[in-house]
Amino acid sequence: MKDIVSVDHLRVEFATDSGPVVGVEDVSFTIAPGETVCVVGESGSGKSVTSLSLMRLVEFGGGTIAAGQLRFRRSDGTELDVAAASPSVMGSVRGNEIGMIFQEPMTALNPVFTIERQLTDGLMLHKGLSQSQASARALELLKSVRIPEPERRLKQYPHELSGGMRQRVVIAMAMACEPKLLIADEPTTALDVTIQAEILALINRLKRENGMAVLFITHDMAVVAQMADRVVVMYRGKIVETGTVDQIFTAPKEDYTKALLAAVPKLGEMKGKPAPERMRLIGDEAARAARVTPVARKKEVLLDVRHLTTRFPVKGGILRRTKAQVHAVEDVSFTLNVGETLALVGESGCGKSSCGRSILRLVKPTSGEVWIGGRDIGALNHHDLRRARADMQMVFQDPFASLNPYRRLKDQVAEPIVNFGLASGAELKARVEQLFDRVNIPRGFMKRFPHELSGGQRQRVAIARALAVNPKLIVADEAVSALDVSVQAQVLNLMMELQEDLGLSYLFISHDMAVVERIAHQVGVMYLGRIVEIGPRAAIFESPAHSYTKQLLSAVPIADPTKRRFADDLSFKPIKSPIFPLGHEPAPSVYTEVAPGHFVLQD
Amino acid sequence: MKRFKTTKGLIGIVLLTLIALIAIVGPMVIPPDAATKMDMLARRSPPTWTHLLGTDQLGRDMLYRVILGARTSLEIAVTAVLMSIVLGLPLGLVSGYFGGWIDNVLMRLVDTLLAFPALLLALTISAVLGPNVQNTIIAIGIAFTPYLARIIRGEALKVAQMPYVEAARASGTTDGMIMLRHVLPNIMPAVIVQATISLAFAILAEAGLSFLGLGTQPPAASWGLMIQASRDQLDVAPWTALVPGAAVALTVLGLNMFGDVLRDILDPKSK
Repeated sequence: MKDIVSVDHLRVEFATDSGPVVGVEDVSFTIAPGETVCVVGESGSGKSVTSLSLMRLVEFGGGTIAAGQLRFRRSDGTELDVAAASPSVMGSVRGNEIGMIFQEPMTALNPVFTIERQLTDGLMLHKGLSQSQASARALELLKSVRIPEPERRLKQYPHELSGGMRQRVVIAMAMACEPKLLIADEPTTALDVTIQAEILALINRLKRENGMAVLFITHDMAVVAQMADRVVVMYRGKIVETGTVDQIFTAPKEDYTKALLAAVPKLGEMKGKPAPERMRLIGDEAARAARVTPVARKKEVLLDVRHLTTRFPVKGGILRRTKAQVHAVEDVSFTLNVGETLALVGESGCGKSSCGRSILRLVKPTSGEVWIGGRDIGALNHHDLRRARADMQMVFQDPFASLNPYRRLKDQVAEPIVNFGLASGAELKARVEQLFDRVNIPRGFMKRFPHELSGGQRQRVAIARALAVNPKLIVADEAVSALDVSVQAQVLNLMMELQEDLGLSYLFISHDMAVVERIAHQVGVMYLGRIVEIGPRAAIFESPAHSYTKQLLSAVPIADPTKRRFADDLSFKPIKSPIFPLGHEPAPSVYTEVAPGHFVLQD
Repeated sequence: MKRFKTTKGLIGIVLLTLIALIAIVGPMVIPPDAATKMDMLARRSPPTWTHLLGTDQLGRDMLYRVILGARTSLEIAVTAVLMSIVLGLPLGLVSGYFGGWIDNVLMRLVDTLLAFPALLLALTISAVLGPNVQNTIIAIGIAFTPYLARIIRGEALKVAQMPYVEAARASGTTDGMIMLRHVLPNIMPAVIVQATISLAFAILAEAGLSFLGLGTQPPAASWGLMIQASRDQLDVAPWTALVPGAAVALTVLGLNMFGDVLRDILDPKSK
């Protein structure tokens, strides 16, 4: 056997009060030296449990390997049965011969130790190096993961580093003992797209240089297309399909794989198309989705935002005085037409969410005007603002947190109607039933509580609640980011269908360029609180003019293995801090119109 | 682990039900003068067949006294805790939900009360108002309010930042309705658990006040009063302290067990 890893009929069970629950039912695959195997699947498919089993870490989460064999070829050539190995043997394998990268770089590092301490611990334990040898090796490792100023980083604590740098440190830790196998469990899911591109390129280079095998766990088909040699598709604890990356992407055999691939939007596939299009779906939903009619475009302005600025105080010192200000939204102006979607895109901290919340006055803007239907929202008093809220509703990112766990769904959907006294009694009941029908949630769910629903169903209920008072504008703040890709496609299609039927306008806040390309009419790119470029979708995606837009677009992974883009080391300019001292008055935003309706910020 | 918790909860519930039954039914079946009737020939008698739990220095039957005392002790504790909830809940809720200067003003007020140990505060209030059952309740109720308000404020602060509260605000719900419909149900688990813990402390506080002569007045029986009376005869008649002491201990034990389980049942995260 030449394979480094061979997993044979693995079955993992978790003990619960109501008997054992099967996390992984029957999984077999192999990894050859120097190969990247991507395990892909939606949440609950058992992909993480599989990777944890390989490290025997699954036991710490209450799981047991019930059946099957996990063979790992050690550095000395002997074969180790991981499922039967003693804890002390596993201790010498973990972190030494198998390295692991976790999803969350914020929590994978211990906040009370310096970077040096975290890196040298494993080296001294596994390799028997002295303190000075280990420190020298740690420095070498930081250089190999291309962290700027590595000498200084050694003495720093995790909180002093950015998310991207932290993930580089985590990778350096995993690489410290030159493992033969690197397990990466969603290593870029929590990161911004430019940092994701850097990290993926880094993993690719390290793999090439060290001839290491990589087991890459992800839910993102675009990342799979960029990284994998071979792909294992999982669904509910079982393997659906295994094959080379080209096989899977060009000729998937199983329906589930086809559906998964169909639901993934590919950046660039909308080239030359004038209007947004529904997401592709296979199966029951396909018929609904096939009804692709471009949204009627009446050129009538609904939302007019003028010079919107929102700043948050940074407090400090004993007296909790304001020391500085976060310039979250800085001189932002745009208009949104009736029945259209304006997408605000950008990376975390760029101010896109603050912008949406300022428009709804969930946070109070520092200055600027927000006109909806002839009224300046910013100038309304408390009472009128509450009335005006009927016109503008919001859908939040996390469907688990945006519904009250202690209230029945029908009461939550009815709440806005009751608030504005629009209906009561039988009329209210009928209206709520209609809303449930509208978002395709069975009426039988009306009396249930949020925890009885899946993420996608909850988000549909949240949309029903937003629709309850017939708003004109819906602000969708990362409304589909937390959903699995097939569910995401269904929810997006529902939103587009509602837009068409009801003439809704969406302010669609997202970090996902591929989704935005599919659904938006207008796109605004935000950077450091400002819109750096805004215009029709086609203009932004096909002829980006601002350097940041270009950088952002070049970092997006494409769900097509023939278009690989992360072969070499990438290094994007880090995003600057939006915190400025008190009294700092930035220059107003001045734009150049490079094409009709396409504006670019003058730097 | 889970099974252990359920058993623990069952013991707690059984214990509390028994104590409550004794406190309610006891005074109905026992003649009212039983607790004060003195058997001068059997003073400081250890447990015998005539006096199952012995007698005190005046020859009064300890069993009757501890049963009749249950009612007084529990009545005071339950009413005082209810009072502290009625006062502390709105205080903490408003403070945590609105934050800002409202929070600052209310919490400085609460902090002022917190600066005094609860028992000292109850003692002062009780001494000023005069010793009787009603004033004991008021004293303990006020003394416990700041603790409850603090905990509720913390919970409300947390819940007020949840997206579903923002979602409610975005859909035009008034502050009052948000507090009632969204914040209150989500902080109730914490309130209930804190209340069971407070009940245990209130029984001890009543015992403490009675011990110092400010709570229940003789010849009426209460557990605290009984412990107080036993203090100078511990060497010759230890049962006079042990019997009411055990009653307090069992009730507190039952409440703690029950409170632990209640917290687990009500916490959505534990499911």
